[in-house]
Amino acid sequence: MSESTHPRRATRSAVARRGYGWLFVVPALAAYLLFVIYPLILGIQYSLYKWNGVGASEFVGLKNYLRVFSDPDLLASIGNAFVLIAFFTIIPVSAGLFLATLIRSIKPGPFSSASQAILFLPQIIPLAAAGIAWSWMYAQTGAVNQLLRAVGLDAITRPWLGDFQTALPAVGLIGSWVLTGLCTVLFLTGISKIDGSLYEAVRLDGAGWFREFFTITIPGLRQEIAVLTTITIIAALSSFDIIYTTTLGGPGRSTLVPGISIYRIGFTQSDVGLASAFGIVLMILVLVCVLPIQRLSKESER
Amino acid sequence: MTSSRTRPVSGSQRPTVRRSVATVAMTAAAMLALAACAPGGSGPAATTDTEVSTTLTSEKVELTIADETGFPVTEKLADEFTKQHPNITFTINRDTFANLTANSPKLMASDDAPDLIRLPTIGDTVKDGLLANLDPYFDAYDWDTWSKSQLAPLRVSDDGVRGSGSLYQLGLGYSVTGIYMNTELAATAGIDAPPATFGELQDDFAKAKAAGLLPIMAGDKDGVVNFVVQAAMNQFADKGEFASWIFNEDGATYDTPGNVKGADLIKTWADAGYFPSDLNAIDYATFVSRFQGGEGVFAFNGNWAAAETQEKMGDDVAFFLVPPVEADGKHVAMGAANSFSVPAKSKHINEIVYFLNWIHTDDAARQIVVDVTGAAPGGDPAQAMPTVKPGSLIEDALEMSATVGADDGQIDFMSNATAGIYAGAIIPESQLLATGKTSGQDFVTAVQKFYEQELAG
Repeated sequence: MSESTHPRRATRSAVARRGYGWLFVVPALAAYLLFVIYPLILGIQYSLYKWNGVGASEFVGLKNYLRVFSDPDLLASIGNAFVLIAFFTIIPVSAGLFLATLIRSIKPGPFSSASQAILFLPQIIPLAAAGIAWSWMYAQTGAVNQLLRAVGLDAITRPWLGDFQTALPAVGLIGSWVLTGLCTVLFLTGISKIDGSLYEAVRLDGAGWFREFFTITIPGLRQEIAVLTTITIIAALSSFDIIYTTTLGGPGRSTLVPGISIYRIGFTQSDVGLASAFGIVLMILVLVCVLPIQRLSKESER
Repeated sequence: MTSSRTRPVSGSQRPTVRRSVATVAMTAAAMLALAACAPGGSGPAATTDTEVSTTLTSEKVELTIADETGFPVTEKLADEFTKQHPNITFTINRDTFANLTANSPKLMASDDAPDLIRLPTIGDTVKDGLLANLDPYFDAYDWDTWSKSQLAPLRVSDDGVRGSGSLYQLGLGYSVTGIYMNTELAATAGIDAPPATFGELQDDFAKAKAAGLLPIMAGDKDGVVNFVVQAAMNQFADKGEFASWIFNEDGATYDTPGNVKGADLIKTWADAGYFPSDLNAIDYATFVSRFQGGEGVFAFNGNWAAAETQEKMGDDVAFFLVPPVEADGKHVAMGAANSFSVPAKSKHINEIVYFLNWIHTDDAARQIVVDVTGAAPGGDPAQAMPTVKPGSLIEDALEMSATVGADDGQIDFMSNATAGIYAGAIIPESQLLATGKTSGQDFVTAVQKFYEQELAG
């Protein structure tokens, strides 16, 4: 920067220039304050009140937070969200890594670009629509059970979304299906940035597919892995649309997640205070899960 | 920021400056918010001081109605009204049932509140002063002749208890529930007439099961099976006690021997395989189409499905009230108004109430209500009923309404007890109960616990 080489003379003009600089930031900053920071502060404020969203409110301190941490149904919904991480994060990221490496090893051409496009397709379908389509396929007479019957597995056919044991994994797999495409495509672009000579070098050293995968591909994709893990964990913890269109949290409370609980408490029961408190808790939960990943990816860069 | 202006600027210091600016901005915003007063209004808003009039204005007035999607009766009624009174026109805004109920308090509190709104649960709206009190119109129009049991659930007392007090709602049709029977399937199982007692009904379930048929078509993805649950409870519970619970009377409880007995029966039926095996994956639309498609001998549903069911199943279907335990006992059935309220902020209260009164008293309007919804038109029971096709399910439905009225047997849906109880407790718990995973007592206890928690806030 020019001002640091000539500190004294440049000061005034730099200050002026920085003043102008701030002007350019103002629109974005204003939008950020208005649409992110202000609602967040309002949310924190609401969480300290008993309020139905319209009428008079009553200050109740941390009572709403106590309720979040003592209500077994609300705690169970947080537990379900963590189970979803396995399906929204672990499966898509691993599958994405595997598929990206596989596609890379295919010669570039119509086949490889077709497989990329097909893998990415689920990503462009709205989650809500995917949820509806999958709930048909999971039904008693749906495609999944037809397929199982066709291969003689009649014994395990069931209404997947209506069964207490299978509903949560079934919903989770919809998430895996949607997110695998995103992971694969991002990993593919990541791999294309890895220097080809590195692959050549390990191969000359006699490395096989596994060795190549773990010494070159994985370290080379560190950034992408961190980004995708972050995005998908957030998607798992704050999931709403898939559950809303498939199971509504049922059967019983086996697929209840914080997003659905907050929506119901806030908009059906009109308990804005409790819904806000649960929302804040969810936000903190997401940050607690995601921040270490950011830190890890930064540390490993050094 | 004054402090940063005096400092020499160097590259390394920029982040600090940026951070301090952000911190100051955030602290300022936080203080601003916390210094502001508590969220929300301060209590009931002043009600509009419109002078009550039962004569329709001759000025041009546009009335706004907020309604749910898939409820075409408002459109038809509005068209007919405009035909009779061309100076009154309507705008009807529609939103899905879930969205509308979630937004209705805010909609009514806003400055451009609609003149009439579909409001299934009253909740806090009366306490918050959002609804117009219709008592002055009750006197002015002399609604005293109308069915009292139909209007009772639309009243709210000063303590926020439904069932008595001032009138805050009216119905665009008053529904009744019962049992649809696929007569063709029933005949193959040796069932040739609707059961006269609750015991006979259970015998019929067993006969259907023995014949390899599905006795009860039901679904519970979105709670429809609770028509069956409450139908069973209604026959054993004390109706007054049950109603007081639905109306949130102080100290009322769901945990009564009658309710437990009814819930236990559901578990028994579930264990006997009377419900579909994929019950919890079936939503209302699927439930209806599967029954109409010939799956299941019996289905518990309301008059609103009568017209469509007739269309699909022709004459192979019967519709009747859930039979009482004793052959000469009184019938009890769920029923409710398709309830609409007038927001206190409406600028045309006289005109919209004139419209509501017209719906209950005008012959053309009553005919529309019956034709479109299959529900009873309400109003004065002495007034002639609209004409319906003889032998049709809608005719059955109107007769059922009359029987329930005569037996004083109408009870509100338990899902209307509080705003959150259906999604928060009744559905998840019935998903366990109707698959035999929980006992009747556990079901009742869990629902009561949620109820107390929600009412306590």
